[in-house]
Amino acid sequence: MESKGAEKPGGPGVYLWVWGILLFLTALTVIAASLHLGRATVAASLGIAAVKSALVVLYFMHLRWEKRLLLKLLLPITLATLAIFIGLTYSDILVRYK
Amino acid sequence: MGGPDREAAPNVPRGRVGMWLFICTEVLLFGGLFLLYSAYRYHHPVDFHEASLELNRFFGTLNTSVLITSSLSVALAIHALGENRKPRTLAFLAVTLALGATFLVVKGFEWGEKFAHGLYPNSPFLDSQSKGKILYFGLYFMMTGLHALHVLVGLGVLSAFLRLVAKGRISAEKPVLLENAGLYWHLVDVIWIFLFPLFYLIT
Amino acid sequence: MSPADSVELGRVPYFAPRKGPPGILGWVTSTDHKRIGILYLTVILAFFFSAVVLGVLMRIELQSPGQTIMKPQTYNALFTLHGIIQVFLVVIPAVPTILGNFFLPILIGANDVAFPRLNLFTWYLFLAGAALAFVSVFTGRGPVDTGWTFYVPFSLRTAVNVPMATLAVFVLGMSSILTGINFVTTVHQLRAPGMTFFRLPLSVWGFYSTAWVQILATPVIGITMVLIVMERLFGIGVFDPAKGGDPLLSQHLFWIYSHPAVYIMILPAMGIISDLFPVFSRKNIFGYKLIAFSSLAIASVGSLVWGHHMFTSGQSDTANVVFSLLTFLVAVPSAIKVFNWVATMYKGSVSVEPPFLYALAFVFLFSIGGLTGLFVGALSTDLHLHDTYFVVAHFHYIIFGGMGFGWFGALHYWFPKMTGRMYEKRLAVVAWLILFAGFNLFYFPMFILGWQGMPRRYFDFLPRFASLQFFSSIGSYIMVAGLAMMFYNLWRGMRHGEKAPDNPWGGATLEWQLPSPVSAENFEELPVVTRGPYHFGGSEEKS
Repeated sequence: MESKGAEKPGGPGVYLWVWGILLFLTALTVIAASLHLGRATVAASLGIAAVKSALVVLYFMHLRWEKRLLLKLLLPITLATLAIFIGLTYSDILVRYK
Repeated sequence: MGGPDREAAPNVPRGRVGMWLFICTEVLLFGGLFLLYSAYRYHHPVDFHEASLELNRFFGTLNTSVLITSSLSVALAIHALGENRKPRTLAFLAVTLALGATFLVVKGFEWGEKFAHGLYPNSPFLDSQSKGKILYFGLYFMMTGLHALHVLVGLGVLSAFLRLVAKGRISAEKPVLLENAGLYWHLVDVIWIFLFPLFYLIT
Repeated sequence: MSPADSVELGRVPYFAPRKGPPGILGWVTSTDHKRIGILYLTVILAFFFSAVVLGVLMRIELQSPGQTIMKPQTYNALFTLHGIIQVFLVVIPAVPTILGNFFLPILIGANDVAFPRLNLFTWYLFLAGAALAFVSVFTGRGPVDTGWTFYVPFSLRTAVNVPMATLAVFVLGMSSILTGINFVTTVHQLRAPGMTFFRLPLSVWGFYSTAWVQILATPVIGITMVLIVMERLFGIGVFDPAKGGDPLLSQHLFWIYSHPAVYIMILPAMGIISDLFPVFSRKNIFGYKLIAFSSLAIASVGSLVWGHHMFTSGQSDTANVVFSLLTFLVAVPSAIKVFNWVATMYKGSVSVEPPFLYALAFVFLFSIGGLTGLFVGALSTDLHLHDTYFVVAHFHYIIFGGMGFGWFGALHYWFPKMTGRMYEKRLAVVAWLILFAGFNLFYFPMFILGWQGMPRRYFDFLPRFASLQFFSSIGSYIMVAGLAMMFYNLWRGMRHGEKAPDNPWGGATLEWQLPSPVSAENFEELPVVTRGPYHFGGSEEKS
């Protein structure tokens, strides 16, 4: 049973590049933490984490080459659900905390 | 049992659909913990920062790199499987296992250090600290602990599948089991990618 | 397929002995979705009956003021256990795991679910969770008395066996999640040729939307249960006010699942009701796409309203307003369903058979339950009604009147397909009548008790509530008599009923093309679907 699309996805070349970028971003996020960016630090570190995760999901987990729409939609749906759970909870704690 | 079921969308093994759905449930499982973390950090920003200074950034960065590299090695293992290169597949899987084990060892060492300093839930020392610090460490152990449990399970699954590859029960013709294990492993990596800055890099 | 043909083709029922381990062993190791459905049916019925017994004991206690037959602590344990069993062991799993397992593959034209072995594994998990819950009653310092909601900080301090009970819920949650994964994959991957999404029976839309809620919401209660155990055993602090923990956050996490859980309870039943109305009105459903999308809408909007369980808990006014508004929104898709069902009957050829009686009762009882939800969904009235008998009446109308009657209606509808026999119809109608009358006498007074101020989960009450409590208890005994009669009728029908034809109701969905009872292998040749599920007249004549 063919389990990949016609274009062969992944491959050592791509994986090594992604690995390199991931390590670079890791270094970046550690450095960013020692700069004093104030409020921007949280956004920066979460932003970098998001980019790293996207790289893992798209390239290591092959979503970049996935043909099936359902599979491409799953993570966005899940993350949106989580965002809503956290967001609506914040309607409570934003007011009560502080 | 009857004729073959017709796949509504050929070329996508149903095991992969099931695995992705399972991954979504894991995201939401940890998501509940991230909800708690974000609420309590919002409430105690200074305490969280001070508490995070107790963590060792070197080990955190090391472990992050270890896990990222293990994601690389498992991806290479699956690719080698697809090209029918069994020895290479086994080698990359072994590397993944070694790296995963390294992660757990480092984690164990970090935890040991915390225990030695009286920083663990219900310790008299921790209970005497401010609420924000108690919450930080409660969440630290809970989240890194749950994550480490997932790493352990992943190692168990990967070593079982390594044996199956060696026996030929997982092969280029039947790769789905290993592909799914790889997906799970990458998920474990992604969770750590978020845990790392949230616990080690708070300013 | 006419009856004559099917006699010659393989008509070995799915429950006949087959190759493999003999007897019970053959059943509990079977990966056949139909057998797994029956396995779930047997255990869930056992759990249901025990929970009903607990309920009757409670009603005997509440029949008159003061202590009647038990001490207060016992009463607390009883309502907790009644809630845990009904919520986690009966109402959440019943329709998906019994009827979904049995019929989902057939309804989409497949020979089994996507992961048959995983399916059997969910049953083992279910039993493990039930065992843990059962053991928690007899170990530690006694059965849990926190209510099925396990609120902190009480659940952290009470001496009883909270960890085991919460672990039981965790395991049951895992079972539910895996069923959800199985069903979503099945619907996406295994539909027969020509079975597009908009030709699916609406019962399938019900199972499908439910499966999404099972997948997306259940993990949250999983982590909540784990956190309660961790808090009790290790004092991590996240829920303990003494350590800076916020009990309200635990309530948020709990209800983030437990509200969508009520949609897991009702969506499959609503889906089946959507199948019943066309069949018994002999007319296409009114507004197919609206009903299909309303299932998805209920699943999604219903995941946004959990804070309405916390209006008086101390959460912010902002949150209160937001959640109240969203709660009113979620009523809309449910109302759409009710309108469309009723509109289906208009100018239809209605036959009032037992399954349809349950469907009609469903609409009536669910509407009352739903409308009273508006009273508790509005902030000003909820202030008075929260934690009173009004809420108890509201959710029993929705859950028991809704899911319960839907479940019973589905059992009466699919009974010939599952057993190959027919029950005694007149007895079914009498049982239904007694059940319906008893139900209303039982629960309606609770609305009044509630707005008069009687709190829920109370062992005792003021004398002015005595007469309504008395009537309610009498109603409960009548209702239980009706239940007993109904199950007796089904049991007798299963053993000695007349052999049923393949299509006694004239249904046009795929299960009615199969023999009654279904054979071991569903479809010898996978069907090719060319039309929607509710087109009557022509070849679907009642046989």
